Amino acid sequence: MQSKTVAVVGAAETTEMGTIPDASETYLIADAALNAFEDAGLTAKEIDGVASSSDSPVAIAHYLGITPTWVDGTQVGGCSFMLHVRHAAAAINEGLCTTVLITHGQSGRSGIGRSGRGGAPSSLAGQFEAPYGGVGPTTAFTIPVLRYMKAFGLTHEELAMVAVIQREWASRNPRASFRDPITVADVLESRMIAYPFHLLECCLVTDGGGALILTSAERARDFPTRPVYLLGTGESSESPMISQMTDFTTSRAFRVSGEKAFGEAGITTEDVDHLMVYDAFAHLPIYGLEDLGFVGRGEAGKFIWERNTAPGGKLPVNTNGGGLSYMHSGQYGMYALQESVRQMRGIAPAQVPGAKISVCHGVGGMFAASGTVIFSNEAP
Amino acid sequence: MASAKPQKPVPFPTPETQHFWDGTKAGELRLQRCDTCEHVYFPPRPFCRECGSRSVSVFEASGHATLYSYVINHRPARGFDGLYAVAVVELEEGPRMMTNIVDSPQTPEALVLDMPLEVVFEPVSDEISLPLFRPAGT
Ligand SMILES: [Zn+2]
Repeated sequence: MQSKTVAVVGAAETTEMGTIPDASETYLIADAALNAFEDAGLTAKEIDGVASSSDSPVAIAHYLGITPTWVDGTQVGGCSFMLHVRHAAAAINEGLCTTVLITHGQSGRSGIGRSGRGGAPSSLAGQFEAPYGGVGPTTAFTIPVLRYMKAFGLTHEELAMVAVIQREWASRNPRASFRDPITVADVLESRMIAYPFHLLECCLVTDGGGALILTSAERARDFPTRPVYLLGTGESSESPMISQMTDFTTSRAFRVSGEKAFGEAGITTEDVDHLMVYDAFAHLPIYGLEDLGFVGRGEAGKFIWERNTAPGGKLPVNTNGGGLSYMHSGQYGMYALQESVRQMRGIAPAQVPGAKISVCHGVGGMFAASGTVIFSNEAP
Repeated sequence: MASAKPQKPVPFPTPETQHFWDGTKAGELRLQRCDTCEHVYFPPRPFCRECGSRSVSVFEASGHATLYSYVINHRPARGFDGLYAVAVVELEEGPRMMTNIVDSPQTPEALVLDMPLEVVFEPVSDEISLPLFRPAGT
């Protein structure tokens, strides 16, 4: 085993998921943490590092009774937790702390005790995007796709197929919000949200949370669960404004973060058994497959259409059902990480038989930031 | 005078962007060019992010653009009625900006990527006029 290796030794989601009208965001964050403590067989007193995004790590540490020697409040949107994993690994390896809690909760649907957000009218986005009728992610995240469709000939049916296949995965997950099978016709006949995106090509809005506990691989064997090792991580950012994304057909942040993670892990896409790509909208897995190098530019729509990412396919993708069908509280990255850990532990409801390497790729904002984590159940 | 209808969000200029909004109010679309490396850019900032130079100049753009990408919003939005496109256009000089397309049906059939556009200005307050685009030659 490499000397500087970090492992996930605790992982759990909130007790409930979906609509939780009787819990504030702060409590959802704590509920996920308490479940992760139970999973790892430890208490808050043994945690000395805390990372959180929507709420301050100071507030979370105090709420849970943790005395940290390291905190990370990195908040770059839904992939913040991928970055927390990366930063935590560096901190553990550097001796800044030994046992890190990364925790998340959001009352995305019920809006109980939500932390406020919104750009000031003096921000660049406030001046140069807000006046033009954007209503949030449904009109911002989605804008690039018509350019992609023109560049590569992606069809409306292929885009819809992303949602269809993820629903197939969701149908195998008892905790998924939507489990009934759908067809391409169902997707294309669902209500238009922002042309060319229909309702079923947009993520859910639900309540929930999740937490991870990381420590050095040397200590990992002392914990009750099967250790899930980090092979490599990456992160990057591009533009806080979708209109200033360099190329609407490819994400620079995805490419840079992915290259970094694969380089650090010393693996290629051929070695990957399982992939999670943050899917706030149906085009995200298409961009992710291409920008991480699993397929060539313009090939992902057909790759998905031909069922390569579906149950039984050669590259299972978003096996929990993803943000389109499993859950999406606003910052979905934590749930993608949870599914990667389940797959590496061998306990996922839609388990990929014999999977040894899982890549978990997140996006923050509207292609604004990215984080990639590569896991394995075999010590490097 | 207070209006019963909710208005579009109105930009609040900063010292670094004031020249742009002074321009739109005067009927000019203003971009910036680096004096050192000639990079043309938007949104406004007092330095060039390509070469780091603080020596930059403001100039009036042609107002010609092409349609780069868009979505047609179907959900309620402050200051908008009915379906409308949130668009990104590519200016003749290179930079892209978010905008709305006016004087055109807001349909996929009418809004064709790469169609030529020209800038028009819509006052939204005493101080602020927004740069919008319409099909060229309309
Ligand atoms: Zn320059």
